[in-house]
Amino acid sequence: MNTNTATSLRTLPAWWQAGPFGAVFLLFFLIPLALVLVVSFWHFSEYELIPGFTLDNYLTIFEGCASLTEQGDFCVTLSTYLSTLKFCFLVWLATLVLGFAVAYFLAFHVRSPGMQTVLFVLCTVPFWTSNVIRMISWVPLLGRNGLVNQTLMGLGLIEQPVEWLLFSDFSVVLAFVHLYTMFMIVPIFNSMMRIDRSLLEAASDAGASGWQTLWNVVVPLSKTGILIGSIFVITIVMGDFVTIGVMGGQQIASVGKIIQVQTQYLQFPLAAANAVILLAVVLMIIWGLTRLVDIRKEL
Amino acid sequence: MFPEKTRSVREPRAAGFWPLALVFTLFVIFLYGPMVTIFVLSFQGPEGGLTFPLRGLSLHWFRQLAEGLGTVDIAAALRRSLLLGAVVMGLTIVLSVLAGLAFRKKLRGGDALFYVSVASLIMPSIIISLGIGLQFRLLDGGLKWLLTLLGEHSPYLQETLENYGTALGLMTSALGAHLTWTLPFGLLIMFAVFNRFNPAYEEAARDLGATPWQTFRHVVLPLIGPSVVGVGMFGFTLSWDEIARTSQAIGDVNTLPLELQGLTSTVTTPAIYALGTLTTVVSLLVMGLTVALAWWLGRQRKV
Repeated sequence: MNTNTATSLRTLPAWWQAGPFGAVFLLFFLIPLALVLVVSFWHFSEYELIPGFTLDNYLTIFEGCASLTEQGDFCVTLSTYLSTLKFCFLVWLATLVLGFAVAYFLAFHVRSPGMQTVLFVLCTVPFWTSNVIRMISWVPLLGRNGLVNQTLMGLGLIEQPVEWLLFSDFSVVLAFVHLYTMFMIVPIFNSMMRIDRSLLEAASDAGASGWQTLWNVVVPLSKTGILIGSIFVITIVMGDFVTIGVMGGQQIASVGKIIQVQTQYLQFPLAAANAVILLAVVLMIIWGLTRLVDIRKEL
Repeated sequence: MFPEKTRSVREPRAAGFWPLALVFTLFVIFLYGPMVTIFVLSFQGPEGGLTFPLRGLSLHWFRQLAEGLGTVDIAAALRRSLLLGAVVMGLTIVLSVLAGLAFRKKLRGGDALFYVSVASLIMPSIIISLGIGLQFRLLDGGLKWLLTLLGEHSPYLQETLENYGTALGLMTSALGAHLTWTLPFGLLIMFAVFNRFNPAYEEAARDLGATPWQTFRHVVLPLIGPSVVGVGMFGFTLSWDEIARTSQAIGDVNTLPLELQGLTSTVTTPAIYALGTLTTVVSLLVMGLTVALAWWLGRQRKV
């Protein structure tokens, strides 16, 4: 990429061009992240931040986490993380299975490139509608008097409206799948389109069944796409407070929600300590995933 | 060799086609179904509620929306979102194209820059939002301290101090927060564009004596034009819908999606569906216009 165009626009040194781009990330990404780390060790009072070094914020977060509570529950922080990880896993699994199936259909079963583009665009259009709108659009369907309950009652399948459809774990996962399956489809589809079609023929010539081809040829060769999609979905769900807030009826705790609430009460050092822990957890998950696939090799 | 099309018509559908086609169809219904319901419900009559059945057809809830929802100034939020979206779009285009050009040359530290921007893309937004919020609050503190220190001798600086609110704002912290989200997408698109770009055209221009600027303006830009429009569209729509990164970084005012998020728990009339329909129409208009523009630029290039 670099060598054959090295002479173009030679008069402008490359960093003059990349400088403004880099400056944005320095000012609004690297420095803020460093500040989060620094402030997580600061004291605070009701109305101001007090520079210093203390581990109090971290100790507060993990207060009582050394043992179970009297009721046999985990401490608040641990149970919040477990709940967030549970959503993460469920959403990851659902988007992966659904996204893989859709990408597979588009990449291998739709044969004309024109049709592929049309169907692909069809999937991306809703992506351009506000996420909040897409969330609340489930209300008339899932609510107590919603379409689903009306239909089920009309069919005589249930006597009472089902209550767990809306503002529940179910509606949260449903909304996540609705919002973010595209983040799985795009990278997996991208990987699949790069697979040499003759490999599939070779597999079938060698006597592999459809499932064997899928599992031994297509899945390994789509690994990069699966990994990229997974990282997107996992980081989104881990930090989310909007979807879990709206679809959980503001009743379900999540790590992102805790950070948001703490900033509302101006407890910035506590929020910062929570953010550092969240970041550590997310980085560990990503690190674990990249052990499975060497992403740089395949980019 | 036979053309792809004639072959595909004759071959029977592979095993698994129909089940997968069914999955795909259900997925599309799943994507569009809920949205269609709120579009329909936003045209309820004045008696209508949040669910079916539809009670009459009217524009009642759109009128309600125009009159305002409670204390929230929707029109102002809409203007702020449009303004911020437009600025983000412009900056995303300029900075991404420049960075894309830089990456084609020998760029020391280019790898680091690339990884930083990808890290920003996958960083949980609440962390970035918190960081930017903190940064600007600390900046406020620093500025106030400085003004107090210098203000002893200058009535002018004292007055500035009294009037000083916060550095957090739409065009400072919120703009920066949005750029950390739109620029990585812009850069990735520029990579895709320049990977397919044939440098022979530039060489030809140079051989004919074009200056670097002329080469860029008359050769490179027209060739990458449609993709640049795409980068702009990404920038606008990502900004138009952004909540998580804006939430802690905007200060006293709100953008439309933030207002909307607040309204979900307080507004219990179809007016909120009307607002949903309205924002969707704006997004689709922007998308339609940019697709048309990209298509037109692509056609100009061929003529």
